[in-house]
Amino acid sequence: MTDFMQQVVDETVAPVWLQDWQQQGRSFWQSAALPNRKTEAWRFTSVDALKQAFSSPSADFGSGVVPELPDLGGVRLVFVNGQYRPELSSKALPEGVTLVRFVDANENQAALIREKLGTAVKHEQHLFAALNAAALEDGLFLQVADNVSVKAPIQLVWSVTAQDRAFAVMQRLLVHMAANSNATLVEHFAGDPAETAVFSNGITELFLDAGAQLQHHRLHLEQGAAIHIGGVHARLSQDSNLESFHLAVGSELKRIDIVVDHQGQGAYCNLNGIYLVSNKDHVDYHTCLEHSVPQCTSSETFRGIVGDQASAVFNGRIHIHPHAQKTRAELRNNNLLTSNRAVINTKPELEIYADDVQCAHGATVAQLDPTILHYMRTRGISRAEAEVMMSYGFINELIRGLRCEPLREYLEPLLAQRLTPNSKLTRHIP
Amino acid sequence: MLKIDNLFANVGDKEIIKGLSLEVKPGEVHAIMGPNGSGKSTLGHVLAGRPGYEATAGSVTFQGQDLLALESEVRARLGIFLAFQYPVEIPGVSNMEFLKASVDAVREHRGEEPLDTVNFVKRAREACKTVDLDQEFLKRGVNEGFSGGEKKRNELIQMMLLQPQLAIMDETDSGLDIDALQVVASAVNAMRSPERSFILVTHYQRLLDYIEPDFVHVLAGGRIVKSGGKDLALELEEKGYAWLEGAA
Repeated sequence: MTDFMQQVVDETVAPVWLQDWQQQGRSFWQSAALPNRKTEAWRFTSVDALKQAFSSPSADFGSGVVPELPDLGGVRLVFVNGQYRPELSSKALPEGVTLVRFVDANENQAALIREKLGTAVKHEQHLFAALNAAALEDGLFLQVADNVSVKAPIQLVWSVTAQDRAFAVMQRLLVHMAANSNATLVEHFAGDPAETAVFSNGITELFLDAGAQLQHHRLHLEQGAAIHIGGVHARLSQDSNLESFHLAVGSELKRIDIVVDHQGQGAYCNLNGIYLVSNKDHVDYHTCLEHSVPQCTSSETFRGIVGDQASAVFNGRIHIHPHAQKTRAELRNNNLLTSNRAVINTKPELEIYADDVQCAHGATVAQLDPTILHYMRTRGISRAEAEVMMSYGFINELIRGLRCEPLREYLEPLLAQRLTPNSKLTRHIP
Repeated sequence: MLKIDNLFANVGDKEIIKGLSLEVKPGEVHAIMGPNGSGKSTLGHVLAGRPGYEATAGSVTFQGQDLLALESEVRARLGIFLAFQYPVEIPGVSNMEFLKASVDAVREHRGEEPLDTVNFVKRAREACKTVDLDQEFLKRGVNEGFSGGEKKRNELIQMMLLQPQLAIMDETDSGLDIDALQVVASAVNAMRSPERSFILVTHYQRLLDYIEPDFVHVLAGGRIVKSGGKDLALELEEKGYAWLEGAA
């Protein structure tokens, strides 16, 4: 590796009990090469935007303005440019829930974090997870105890705001759902339309013990020159249930890797995502559903709308290991191109080494259906409004499927507004 | 209200309508019958402005305006309604939102305020009741997973809410059982008025037992080859179309 991101790495110091782990990350980062167009997993996504001087955020960046945040009715932690903002946060934790910053962790908590951190994604498995470790100053640890059910959503906000110089900020979340626990989690990456680059690298690890249930939502709403390269890495034990929802609106560059490993029999994952990309923005979702043991089920649907001169990548892999009999896995990716200069590269990838499985996959790329458009116009609806209603309809199924009602109510107008700022055209969208 | 004068129209490169003339006055109900491929559905689509259905000669005036120069949505706002033979499914767009968008667009064109939601929902529910369709259908995606009969009833709901000046019903009776046919007929009959006109495109005389037309026209080879009163439909039922096709 060149001295790329070197300043950021040099300037950060993790808590003492994490420094050996951080050092491993640094060694790996510094010895590895940046991916290029010949790297298979990066064929359609360039990291050239990273080749500029990034610094670490200075303490005063933390006072940046935060976009309006939804009140989801539960505990909320807000970080601005890497700095914790207590006055925007509420920390009334329900019983049985631990939510602690790495810098505040006590000895017991530090031990729990060290036991799991970096095991769902190892440095050598993901270059940017190594960078995250190398430049990490703080992280968050969430633990829900055995048999504890948390009703109100737990909301974690990482907001970035452009400053007078390009800077990089690492976010790290470690979630441990103990046996038969149940919670709803919203990771909300927010940001103003930035003109100066902000590089975020958010790595989330989810551990679901036997029978645990987690509804996880990861919203990437950073805009403008914002860059985000990160991902979610989950391990599912026996009979655990992960509902995972992802959303990205376009910015300079977003690359999200999602890996869900079914490691216990009867584990279930429902993975859904939406990407809305316009201008010259770029969004790349790489997902991988690992089926390591028998009798697990996964269902995945990603839908994207790509317009203007924007580009998007979807790569969905299902990997069924030799002993993973009776696996049921399905994957769908549907894309709507709303301009003739928009680009989508989609690839479902199935690797199946077991012989008694049910597996289905499909990918589509289409434009708005002219027959439907005409039908709507014969009812007096203008072409422009019909196009917006049809586009929203294309993603609506996934939005309607959200069980977290306050989140749905927050996203509906926000997504409509992303399709067009003209409120007259969105007035008949829920 | 509507005057079609020596109209020629193509679908793609193929000429389908070949010199058709027809005048519909306010309050009249015209039935258009004819064999398969005679151009019945094409006429409806040309009047509604479907892309790919192009008038090449002749004229169509609606309430004094050159209809063919207008966009589809403007025709709808002026009061032309086409009930589709094959209503289209719109995934992810709820019937209620679709109906509201439609009614608001038409009202706005007339310079009227949009209906408030309560009032609108009330009207939509009443329309459901009239055509014997469960109100749950208002929450579902437009025509999404509807049966053939449910789609036709949904077309009627739209017509009732939009209150058009001229409704063109393209084989609204096809695929309906006798009960559904009566529902359709009573909905249309309830909307008949001295100001509103209908064009009923149909294969079967059966519909005309329930909706009594003022005129019956036979379309063959892209033009009207015979016109008459409602008795003509009975004659067609008895003799078929073959005796007329020579005239085309």
